[in-house]
Amino acid sequence: MKYHLRIWRQAGPDKPGRFEDYTVDNIEPDMSFLEMLDILNEQLIKEGKEPIAFDSDCREGICGMCGLVINGMAHGPRRLTTTCELRMRHFPDGATITVEPFRAEAFPIIKDLVVDRSALDRIIAAGGYISVNTGSAPDANAIPIPKHIAEEAMDAAACIGCGACVAACPNASAALFTAAKISHLALLPQGHPERERRVQRMVAQMDLEGFGNCSNHGECEAACPKGISILNIARMRREFLRAQVRGPVV
Amino acid sequence: MSVMTQTVVLDAKIPPGPLEDKWDNHKASVKLVSPANKRKYTIIVVGTGLAGASAAASLAELGYNVLNFCIQDSPRRAHSVAAQGGINAAKNYQNDGDSVFRLFYDTIKGGDYRAREANVYRLAQLSVQIIDQAVAQGVPFAREYGGLLANRSFGGAQVSRTFYARGQTGQQLLLGAYSALMRQVDAGRVKLFPRREMLDLVVIDGRARGIICRNLVTGEIEAYAADAVCLATGGYSTVYFLSTNAVNSNATAIWRAYKKGAMFANPCFTQIHPTCLPESYQGQSKLTLMSESLRNDGRVWVPKKKGDTRPPNEIPEDERDYFLERRYPAFGNLVPRDIASRAAKAVCDAGYGVGATGRAVYLDFSDAIKRLGVDVIRERYGNLFAMYHEITGEDPYKVPMRIYPAPHYTMGGLWVDYNLMTTIPGLYALGEANFSDHGANRLGASALMQGLADGYFIIPVTIGDFLAEHRPDGLKTDHPAFKEAIRNVEDQIKRLLSINGKRTVREYWWELGRIMWDYVGMSRNAEGLKKAISDIRALREEYWKNVRVPGSAEDLNKSLELAGRVADFLELGELMAMDALDREESCGGHFREEYQTPDGEALRRDDLFCHVSVWEYKGEGNDPVRHKEPLVFEVVKPSQRSYK
Repeated sequence: MKYHLRIWRQAGPDKPGRFEDYTVDNIEPDMSFLEMLDILNEQLIKEGKEPIAFDSDCREGICGMCGLVINGMAHGPRRLTTTCELRMRHFPDGATITVEPFRAEAFPIIKDLVVDRSALDRIIAAGGYISVNTGSAPDANAIPIPKHIAEEAMDAAACIGCGACVAACPNASAALFTAAKISHLALLPQGHPERERRVQRMVAQMDLEGFGNCSNHGECEAACPKGISILNIARMRREFLRAQVRGPVV
Repeated sequence: MSVMTQTVVLDAKIPPGPLEDKWDNHKASVKLVSPANKRKYTIIVVGTGLAGASAAASLAELGYNVLNFCIQDSPRRAHSVAAQGGINAAKNYQNDGDSVFRLFYDTIKGGDYRAREANVYRLAQLSVQIIDQAVAQGVPFAREYGGLLANRSFGGAQVSRTFYARGQTGQQLLLGAYSALMRQVDAGRVKLFPRREMLDLVVIDGRARGIICRNLVTGEIEAYAADAVCLATGGYSTVYFLSTNAVNSNATAIWRAYKKGAMFANPCFTQIHPTCLPESYQGQSKLTLMSESLRNDGRVWVPKKKGDTRPPNEIPEDERDYFLERRYPAFGNLVPRDIASRAAKAVCDAGYGVGATGRAVYLDFSDAIKRLGVDVIRERYGNLFAMYHEITGEDPYKVPMRIYPAPHYTMGGLWVDYNLMTTIPGLYALGEANFSDHGANRLGASALMQGLADGYFIIPVTIGDFLAEHRPDGLKTDHPAFKEAIRNVEDQIKRLLSINGKRTVREYWWELGRIMWDYVGMSRNAEGLKKAISDIRALREEYWKNVRVPGSAEDLNKSLELAGRVADFLELGELMAMDALDREESCGGHFREEYQTPDGEALRRDDLFCHVSVWEYKGEGNDPVRHKEPLVFEVVKPSQRSYK
């Protein structure tokens, strides 16, 4: 199969960017989107041109390293699919495909399609953990946790931190990412001792990083490759309110 | 060219006393660094996977200054994240007769008696604490309706001791370790360096004192000094090009440490995982793993008739060969990975393989769906089935999966003693980067266990023993050894960029991968290994004359990153073949065709090869020298593994 690609090229953070057009041929339907870009890059190197920089690592949808906006959609048109899992069979032969980086003020472009998402790490550092030093844990079965609670916590914990929620949001909000971690830990009894401090600090950090506010568009949930529900955002708000009522702890 | 060198016998520093008391005795006897002094020490940890993140977090909790490096943009992306099935622990929550001894025994036997008893016993002991630690961090393991933890079975075991979080156990354990790490980053005790690649180790007066990194964003070459260095940079399965590993996984950190004097143990011990998606098109960049846990409920079969092209659902029951159940009735579909992989290769070699290429076997869930209902199967494996469906376009609830073995894990790695210290004082290797616990074959759900045991519980104890004897001396990176190491790194980068040949780095990598897969893969023989060595040498020579690396050294340049890694693979591949040639026996994942039992099982030669092969670098153009660490079995008597 053959494709025409319009790809965002940008030499560096402060350099101007532009779309450039490319054509790739002999693409197999089972090939992933990134493998198609690999082939394009091999072609560019052979032609003496600089290949397109993009991030990827596990190529099986779990590390969260890859992320492209494909035809205007974060991770492309397939639901519950990361860019690396997206197969070319979903694009008709001869199609023109537009490829851009995840765009957000808090995700500065490093080069071409590579962005800096370290803001997400700083949100986690602000409280996305349970303070338990190695070696001090009680027996794992000491606290029974109802199966449905454990499952709900797992649903939230499945976030891969790719940032598609931010890229999809018209406000570039990181609410879904932040809420997923707050939910995961607030649902579990182990997370309760620090819940007020956690939500206040993480929300403050999220705002500090320059992410926009959540105004309930729901684009984040639609773009999320792991199907993280916006119910988590509701839970984050409740946690936040709860923390305010119980008095500032930060 | 080779140099004559006396071979030495390596001392693993195994503590005295009965097996079950060794670790406790050791903990009671190691030297300590007082809490007030710990902050005066700096420790470098390279890698942020299970071993690296857990080590960095735990060392920082103790009060050390930790500098933690990773090649990804975030520590949470290290390839441990992709481990699916689970983590073993001898909790015996199921009351099915499990114990620390049984986990130890299964691991020693599963490794085909090529691992150190003392290390493996300690691993089994620590396994229970890992689960406690993870649950306390909020890792959402699967639970029963009563609220207690659930378990499942894995290959090579007859008890249910595997803890899991759906098909994302590695992700959840890594996020647990990552959260502990980020807590220390917040506390200012860990300084994080993402998008950095370690390109050299700095050794001063015979001791590891720092590393040289390339900042992958700016291209800058950076130097960092420390009192000790821990490498937790994972394995080297990507030497095969196509593997289940992440595309950035590489051997560069351990390989450059090897070239600085850290000896390399059992490089030929690689694990080819039986349940992966088969290779199916040109341009494929990886082989996706389907968790071993699938073999709990999936049955592996091929048609009894050669070249049977009927769709699987049209092949009647009595015309199917459930070859694992037939050959290994006691363990059936849950035989260890090496055995399952070889059995799949054997039926495909004999012409019974399925799919377009004939290099695949069926993994069939129809019986399990009939027995348990589709909802139970969906709950257990839903995400794996969805992944399979998305990749192949086929629905595994309706048609059997097609699977084939693929490179997955490397048991070999830097040689370490009981303290996890390499042959360079002050340099430690943790997790898959070392060779220590899995012998010639790793059991499923044991990699997570080992990475976390090393990082959470072993290194925090053993590193103090070394540091107590080596007081901080205020070493700075203006020391000539750092300058020289920087110059060497810069020279290599310049050289790679200046060749400007005709072929891309990926083309060489792919070609190396073919050589490795064909001759140093699932089955090996002397003739093939000799051919591999000469082919790799020729390819390496061509690489340095004809590779084309575009772009510059001064910014983000993925081709340049890859070029350095492939240069190292082109050396490591040769050492793997040399080691495989040298080990004239079959054991675990290392199957030499010349050494097999009449029914095609691995034939170990304990009289000659009951040792760790430990390779020492002797400089460019010289053959490395193979030393030995004899393996002494005091508790378990080596016997031929039987899963029949």
